[in-house]
Amino acid sequence: MSLTTTATAAPLTNSLTAGKLPRHSPLAVLLASWLVTGSFFLVLMLSGATEGFNAVGTLFFGTIVYGIAIYLLSYFVEGVRKAKDRLVTALVTVAFVVALLPLFSLVFTTLVNGLPAFLTPSFFTQSQRNVVGEGGGALHAVIGTLLITGVATLISVPIGLLSAIYLTEYGRGRLARAITFFVDVMTGIPSIVAGLFAFALFSLLFNDPGIRFGFGGAVALTVLMIPVVVRSSEEMLKLVPNELREAAYALGVPKWLTILKVVLPTSLAGIVTGIMISISRVIGETAPLLIISGFTASMNYDLFNERMMTLPVFVYTQYANQGADTQAYLDRAWAGALTLILIVMLLNLGARIIAKLFSPKLGR
Amino acid sequence: MTTAAERPALKAKERPGDRIFSTSTIVSGSLILAILAAVAVFLLVQSLPALIADPEEFKGDATNFWQYVGPLAFGTLWAAFLALLMAVPIAIGIALFISHYAPRKLAQGLGYLIDLLAAVPSVVFGLWGIGVLAPLVQPFYTNLVEWFGWFPLFAGPVSGTGRTTLTVAIVLAVMVLPIITALSREIFLQTPVLYEEASLALGATRWEMITMAVLPFGRAGIISASMLGLGRALGETMAVAMVLSPSRDVIFQLLTSQNPTTIAANIALNFPEANGVGVNILLATGLILFVITLVVNMIARVIINRRKAFSGAN
Repeated sequence: MSLTTTATAAPLTNSLTAGKLPRHSPLAVLLASWLVTGSFFLVLMLSGATEGFNAVGTLFFGTIVYGIAIYLLSYFVEGVRKAKDRLVTALVTVAFVVALLPLFSLVFTTLVNGLPAFLTPSFFTQSQRNVVGEGGGALHAVIGTLLITGVATLISVPIGLLSAIYLTEYGRGRLARAITFFVDVMTGIPSIVAGLFAFALFSLLFNDPGIRFGFGGAVALTVLMIPVVVRSSEEMLKLVPNELREAAYALGVPKWLTILKVVLPTSLAGIVTGIMISISRVIGETAPLLIISGFTASMNYDLFNERMMTLPVFVYTQYANQGADTQAYLDRAWAGALTLILIVMLLNLGARIIAKLFSPKLGR
Repeated sequence: MTTAAERPALKAKERPGDRIFSTSTIVSGSLILAILAAVAVFLLVQSLPALIADPEEFKGDATNFWQYVGPLAFGTLWAAFLALLMAVPIAIGIALFISHYAPRKLAQGLGYLIDLLAAVPSVVFGLWGIGVLAPLVQPFYTNLVEWFGWFPLFAGPVSGTGRTTLTVAIVLAVMVLPIITALSREIFLQTPVLYEEASLALGATRWEMITMAVLPFGRAGIISASMLGLGRALGETMAVAMVLSPSRDVIFQLLTSQNPTTIAANIALNFPEANGVGVNILLATGLILFVITLVVNMIARVIINRRKAFSGAN
C-alpha cells in the first residue's frame, strides 16, 4: 500500500527536503512577528493608550514572538529536535545583537554629547587653569597622557620584549614556567591596585605621605602594561618558523645575533601590533592615575614634580566636580571621553592594519 | 650510554654577546616576578598601620579594620557575581554565534566588533552608565518593584535615580563580556573538527552537535574564562565609583538607593581626600582586593593550563 503511494508521488517531491521548512522561512517569520507586534502597538497608539509609536517594544516583543512562532512552526513541521535547534539559533543571534547594543549606544552618545565641546578650538589649545564654567580645554590632560603613557611604554617595552625573548628562546624549566604563570596572573591585577602599589612605593621612598607626581603614574601603568606586552610578543615570537633559526645557526651565526637579526625582524610587525594594543589598553586607565598622579587644572611638563592631569582623570574630574555651570563640565567630560575613544580606536585600527600589511607570509 | 659519556658534549663557543644578551633576558624575566612580589610587599608594609588603627579613624560605625572591609568585600563580590550571572550566558551565546553560527566570512569581523567593547576605557563606561543606562532602566525598576516587590531581591523602596547595584552589575557585565567571549571563542574553535563532523554525520542537528561535541570540550575553558571575567569585575573601579550611589552596609536588595559599594570604588572616591592613617586603611583594603583577585586569577590559570596539557592544543 505505502509502496505504491511513494512510487506515484516520487517524481513530484524531493524526499531530501520533505518535512522541512522552506529556506527563508525564519526571515519571513521574523518579519511577520514584528508586523504583528507592530500593529498591536499601532492600535495602542491610535486608541491613545500610549503616546507615540513604541518601536523598542515592537522589536523586543516581536523577537520574543518570533522565538515562540519558529519553535512551534518547526515543531509541527520538522519535529522537536529541529525545533530546538532553530530556537537556539534565534537565542544565540539575539545574544550577539544584545551585546552590540551597548557598544552602539555608547559610541553614539559619546559622539552626540562630545562633539560640540570637542570641536571648539580651545579644547586642544588651552588648559583648565582659572576656568570656571564654560571654555578652557584639555591640553594639560592630553600632554599629561602623552608623557605618562610614553614613559610607561619606554619602561615596559624593553622589559616585556626581553622577557618574551627569554620565554621563547632561552627559558626552560622552573623559572620560565613561573614567569609564564605569573605574567598570566599579572594581567588580572586590578588597575587600582597598581596605582596603590606605586603610591605605597614612592611614599615610602620619598617619605611623603601625600605624594602625587606623573612618573608614579607611569610606574603604575608599567605594572599593567608589562604582562600584555610579554603575552603578545611571546605569541608573535613563537610564530617564527624554527627553520629560520636553524638556517642561521647552520651558517655559524651566534644565538644572540640570530635573535636580533633574524627572529625579531621576522616578527616585528606582530610585536608592534601587540605594543600598540597594550598602549591602547593602558591609555584609558583612570584609577591608578587618579591615585598617584592626582589632578590639576594647570599645565605640567615635569614628570617628577607636582600633580599631572591625564585624559581619563580629566573626564572623571569634570564629571565629579561639576561647578555652577553643570552643562559646561558635562560637555567637557564627554568631549574628553570622545578623545579617549578616538585614540583607542585609532591605535586598535592602526595595529590591525600593521598586522595585516606587514605580517610575514608563512607560505600557507 | 657509555659512548655518550665518553664523547665530550658538543658545545657552541660562548661569546660575550651571547652572555650579555641571555643574561639581560633572564634579568628582565625575573624583574617581572620581582615587580609582582614588590606589589605585595609594599602594599603589605603600608597596610600594617591600618590593622592597629584607632577606632575613630574608620569612617562609618566600624571599630576595626575587619569590620570596615567586610561590607566592602561583600559589595565587591556581590556586584561581580551578579555581573557574571548576566554576562556568562550571553558571552557563551556570542562565542557560539561567532564560532559556529555566523557566516565564515563575517565571523572574524564580528569578533573584532566585540573586542572593541574591551577597548572602551572604563571611565567612558562610567559616563555612559550614569548618563544613559541609569535613566533608561529606572522606569523598569519602578515596575519591577511594583510587580515583584514580594521577591526579596527586588524589595523597595525603588531608587529614583537608577544608580543601583543592578545597574552597576549591568555595566560590569558589558565590560567583562568581551573577555569571556574572546576566550570561549578560542576554545570553541579548538574543538576537533572530526568530533563535530562525526556528530553531524550521525544526523545530529547543529545544537545537538554543540551540546555533544563543543560544550563538553570547552567546559574547562568556559569556567576559566568566567573566572578571568570575575577577576576583571572584582577590580573594576571607575564605572562602579561613578554609577553607584554608595553606602557601607551589607544589603542584598538590588533596586533601592542604599547599595553596598565595592573596595575599588571606595578607594577611588575616598583616596584624594584621605590623610594620615586613612590612607593606610585604604591601602589595606586594596591589599585585600589584590589577594582576592590574585586567588581568582591563579585558580583560573591553573584550570586553563591543566586543560592545555590535556588537549594538546597550543
